[in-house]
Amino acid sequence: MKGETMIEIRDLEKSFILHNQGAAVIPVMAGAQLDVAAGECVGLTGVSGAGKSTLMRMIYGNYLANGGSIKVGEVDVARAEPREILTLRREVLGYVSQFLRVVPRVPTLTVVAEPLLALGTPVAEAEARAKELLSQLNIPERLWSLSPTTFSGGEQQRVNIARGFAHRYPALLLDEPTASLDAKNREVVLSLIEDAKAGGAAIIGIFHDEAARDRVCDRVVDVTGFTPVRAA
Amino acid sequence: MSDYNFAYLDEQTKRMIRRAILKGLAVPGYQVPFASREMPMPYGWGTGGVQVSAAVLCPEDTMKVIDQGADDTTNAVSIRKFFENTAEVATTEATEEADVIQTRHRIPEQDLREDQILVYQVPIPEPLRFLEPSEVETRKMHALEEYGLMHVKLYEDIARNGAIATAYAYPVKVEGRYVMDPSPIPKFDNPKLEMAAVQLFGAGREQRIYALPPYTQVVSLDFEDHPFDPSKADHPCALCGSEDSYLDEVIMDDSGRRMFVCSDTDYCQSRRMAGHVGTEGVPFEEASL
Amino acid sequence: MTPLLQVRDIAKFYGGRIGCTDVSFDLYPGEVLGIVGESGSGKSTLLNCLAGHLPPDQGEVLFDTRADGPRDTVTMSEPERRMLGRTDWAFVHQHARDGLRMGVSAGGNVGERLMAVGARHYGDIREQALDWLDRVEISGDRIDDRPSAFSGGMQQRLQIARNLVTGPRLVFMDEPTGGLDVSVQARLLDLLRGLVRDMGLSAIIVTHDLAVVRLLADRLMVMKSGHVVEQGLTDQVLDDPQHGYTQLLVSSVLQV
Repeated sequence: MKGETMIEIRDLEKSFILHNQGAAVIPVMAGAQLDVAAGECVGLTGVSGAGKSTLMRMIYGNYLANGGSIKVGEVDVARAEPREILTLRREVLGYVSQFLRVVPRVPTLTVVAEPLLALGTPVAEAEARAKELLSQLNIPERLWSLSPTTFSGGEQQRVNIARGFAHRYPALLLDEPTASLDAKNREVVLSLIEDAKAGGAAIIGIFHDEAARDRVCDRVVDVTGFTPVRAA
Repeated sequence: MSDYNFAYLDEQTKRMIRRAILKGLAVPGYQVPFASREMPMPYGWGTGGVQVSAAVLCPEDTMKVIDQGADDTTNAVSIRKFFENTAEVATTEATEEADVIQTRHRIPEQDLREDQILVYQVPIPEPLRFLEPSEVETRKMHALEEYGLMHVKLYEDIARNGAIATAYAYPVKVEGRYVMDPSPIPKFDNPKLEMAAVQLFGAGREQRIYALPPYTQVVSLDFEDHPFDPSKADHPCALCGSEDSYLDEVIMDDSGRRMFVCSDTDYCQSRRMAGHVGTEGVPFEEASL
Repeated sequence: MTPLLQVRDIAKFYGGRIGCTDVSFDLYPGEVLGIVGESGSGKSTLLNCLAGHLPPDQGEVLFDTRADGPRDTVTMSEPERRMLGRTDWAFVHQHARDGLRMGVSAGGNVGERLMAVGARHYGDIREQALDWLDRVEISGDRIDDRPSAFSGGMQQRLQIARNLVTGPRLVFMDEPTGGLDVSVQARLLDLLRGLVRDMGLSAIIVTHDLAVVRLLADRLMVMKSGHVVEQGLTDQVLDDPQHGYTQLLVSSVLQV
């Protein structure tokens, strides 16, 4: 089910300037274009270092753009005020990165419920949703009251994913969501993605796992096409 | 003929003190700094009260001096003699006959009139001093009416003792504005602070004068659920039988036998002269005069 | 929406030396702004100018007051500013001793601001104090103990309770976790995050610790030698620093 364009990227450019290395200029992206519609999942491909994660971070506002526009819904992330981006991240745009970054000591249940709590959802309801996701992702109940900082890599990744899907974001960015997961849990994550698509979310994903990519992505975009030729 | 200027102080000093008194009366409860003089008695012996009395006395006035309610303690006698010598004014022990009453640590039991002046001796004029040692800061607190700290002190009392433990020098709020230390009078006396006479407070060592004009509103600080209680010992006076005056506790012998008597000696005597007799008292005519 | 705080061209000089200069930003309700920099960067000077502890030489600090809308707190009268400091503003000092009355019980410390704005019911005051001690995870049976009997972390939490009891809308914090053990810091950070979210507070936090700022602040300002060299979203400034100094700062953080 495809709907309106949710994410629209035009002429996106980025360079890194390393001041402490003699102001070396490293261009990493030029002329990037991308459209993602509601209910569509687009996979980013390209060799390692080609700029997949960079593009994703720029859409999230984590990296600054040097030129072009990134429209997510009504907001142009490349130009928006910090608080507009904060509101966007809270309500519209979700991001599941490869790393779980949490305040130490917060229990897993609260970590997963947090996006809903930030939106003002009543605690009971937020925690119920969190429990549902944690169960689906096979995190045992005895771990729910512990901080995830002591969990294994796979467990942390699953907590990360649960947190990313707690709120039904209209737009979602997924960076290697199935990495370090066994077959059973990979299946859970893929069905969560399909569920989100069916709900109308526009999704951009980076999948190293080709089978996973083929299953959920409607099309792929190779970011190598946006990499500028670098001076030798 | 006395070799002293009237009431010891020179006229310019009296003028300075009267100015301070007028300021104090204009802003009830506000501590007015004044240039306290070296007096022929050390600090801590009533120099503030003496300077204020000296500034307001007129030659035709009658003066009474009490210390803890009694006219016959050493300090009261000394100060009375001081004014007899330097001002040659008439003195009395009868509250009713006095124009100026200088007191240490008590308010007379008898209601005072509009034509009388009550002068208090004050050791520490600043009610916030023990919680906030900085003078700069306490002045600011008074100026900006920041009195939260005063209630913190009362809160601490209740938390520690179950009730507000302050028994004397109980802080009051004057005309809804300034918080004042009424000098170390027992809290029993606080309600009397609303009276018809002029009240003047002098602190010699600290160099402050403050005042309450007649009929000024004076409210003792408290909490809604721990209201102010002007309590006293639950006994009548053993000499005159009075139930509603403040009592001194007198230890009679080594076995700990004690007696409660009116702290205000003139009041007790007046009652006995009127025929009231307490459990340990004798009728007035029979006592040796 | 009106910004809660509008800062325009704040500058403070010490003779010829720059304390801080050219500082402007807006802060909205519910936002947490971190100010980072090394010693001598001017961050503490800036915080003190904003909080009314130091008069700036230039600029305005417009606070959206409840009664009168945006007012410049720099030119406000001192009684008004002090009143603001007791009600709508809070200041958490680096050393709890500077923010507490060490000679007054914990309950008295928390209750003081309530009594300062007219609370006169002992029972209610004590109940609120107990409630707040619970929120900052200090056991209720310590309500009558003096802060001098508390550990450093407990003193800091008591300071937070004392400040937040009147429901301020803006909290200034100067190195709130400085000097505390690492595990204690974690507990405090978690507490602060929860309170900021539950009370919808805005906060300005000065720190040299980038980890603290990443966890607590939505936006970040980097200062060097009295100037703001970079500002933006916290994660953007830390992950994609533009200014050379910021890049140096971020790369210098020891990884555990």
